[in-house]
Amino acid sequence: MESLQLLVSGLANGCVYGLIALGFVLIYKATEALNFAQGDMMMLGAFVTLGLTNDHYWALPFWVSVPIALLLMGAFGYVLEITLLRRMSGQSQIAVVVLTVALGFIIRFLAGAIWGHEPQSLESPIAGVNVRLSGLVLGLDEVAVILVTIVLTGLLYLGFAHTRLGLAMQATSQNQLAAYYMGIPVKRVSALIWCLSGVVATAAGILLASKGSIDPNSGFLGIKAFAAAVIGGLGSLPGALLGGLVIGVIEPFAARYVAAGFSQVVPYAVLLLVLIIRPSGILSQVRDKKV
Amino acid sequence: MSQSNAVPMLSVSNIESYYGPIIAIRGISLEVPKQRIVAVLGANGAGKTTLLKTISGIMEPEKGAVMLEGQAIGGDEPAAIVRKGVAHVPEGREIFPLLSVRDNLSLGAYTRPAADGIAEDMEMVFGYFPILKERAGQLAGTLSGGQQQMLAIARGMMARPRIMLLDEPSLGLSPLAVKEIFAVIRRLNVEQGVTMMLVEQNARAALELADYGYVLELGRVVMEGSSSRLLSSPDIQEFYLGVKESGQRGQRRWKRRKTWR
Repeated sequence: MESLQLLVSGLANGCVYGLIALGFVLIYKATEALNFAQGDMMMLGAFVTLGLTNDHYWALPFWVSVPIALLLMGAFGYVLEITLLRRMSGQSQIAVVVLTVALGFIIRFLAGAIWGHEPQSLESPIAGVNVRLSGLVLGLDEVAVILVTIVLTGLLYLGFAHTRLGLAMQATSQNQLAAYYMGIPVKRVSALIWCLSGVVATAAGILLASKGSIDPNSGFLGIKAFAAAVIGGLGSLPGALLGGLVIGVIEPFAARYVAAGFSQVVPYAVLLLVLIIRPSGILSQVRDKKV
Repeated sequence: MSQSNAVPMLSVSNIESYYGPIIAIRGISLEVPKQRIVAVLGANGAGKTTLLKTISGIMEPEKGAVMLEGQAIGGDEPAAIVRKGVAHVPEGREIFPLLSVRDNLSLGAYTRPAADGIAEDMEMVFGYFPILKERAGQLAGTLSGGQQQMLAIARGMMARPRIMLLDEPSLGLSPLAVKEIFAVIRRLNVEQGVTMMLVEQNARAALELADYGYVLELGRVVMEGSSSRLLSSPDIQEFYLGVKESGQRGQRRWKRRKTWR
């Protein structure tokens, strides 16, 4: 029973990591940029929602502020791409990394200046309610996180596989040059990817802030999510989720069964192990090109 | 081909394109008449691929004009040029390896509105390449090289092009596959009325298919003429077809001078 509860809370954390990793991989696949501000975009999305919802800020109803926050953060991602990232095309990848790291710092500073540095919780309807399932006591927040992640990834999957724009996004990420040849507006697709990635990050942020608390430094979770993305195989969307779940599930079990102080290291030991055994990640999609 | 009075499908005049500071094509002019097949021959680095990329808008011409049926398209976005009826079948196929054959084909029609007979065109290309219909659900990356080339051409046809730019369709294929693919290119030209501009290193196959040919060297047109004329030209025979002639004294001259130098 105890391990089942550990599993559920691990899965819930893992979903958040997975969603951040998903945004990371979305951008990496379509534009080959590594967005190290993905965790900070998650944090910003959470704070925007919190700022709209919580009583001592705007005190809007939760179900009103969520769509507004998703919309705002989507626009934020879109604008980032057309103003900053687009200018970096043709530059080295390291330049883009530095740019996004700097962006992360700016977002962290801004969030701190606006909402303060104290940890805060989002006043969401799912926070602090327990559900009982045949002797198992689960937090509604944890169950909701898992359900929302399933629904969101399902929607993303359907969108990618069955819409014109989704197909164009896949095409752009698999072969950008050929996408140009097909007449796909590659630049607009890249901007939309950043938009989508902002929305996914915000969803992750809302879930995180509902089941715990956030502060401006929560953005550093992005590093864990990056590890998740690498474990799953950088460039694979299901892999990103799986990597997130792996790290998320390992954490509570390590905390329970491994000596304190060492338990924090376990997810990264797994990362090293995966990199040694399967350097391209668990679900890598790297294929050799036929000549 | 300046003697023909009709407006050519494609005409390129005096274009120059650069990779950064390096000039890749220096003042190329050529014409592709409607519903014909024109071949552009040349060795590696002659500027063939750059020429096609400049026409399809992937690269911008620094100087000169690109006209599609008398309408200037030079400097337009690639998407706009596809929409005007230019399909580019790139060198090395460049298919989408992790998408199904069917999805690859739908992406070929990306610039067209959904209701515009795309399903019919899919059946049309399946008619030309039955193997693609068999493999429609398969990931494109799992096809053989020849099948991938067929897919690249079929994907190009899905744009309902007026002119198709084919970059080395014979690259890396068996002689049999080349024969098969060139036969379909001919049929598409005759039956679907698509003008073809073909860039090739395989000069013999290209000239046997084409009506007219241009020879490119170091970014310039050095020779042009009808295919039969080019095929019988001693220069082409020696430098592109590998025919060795013997000299007056029964031995081969050390090196022929190209007459265009």
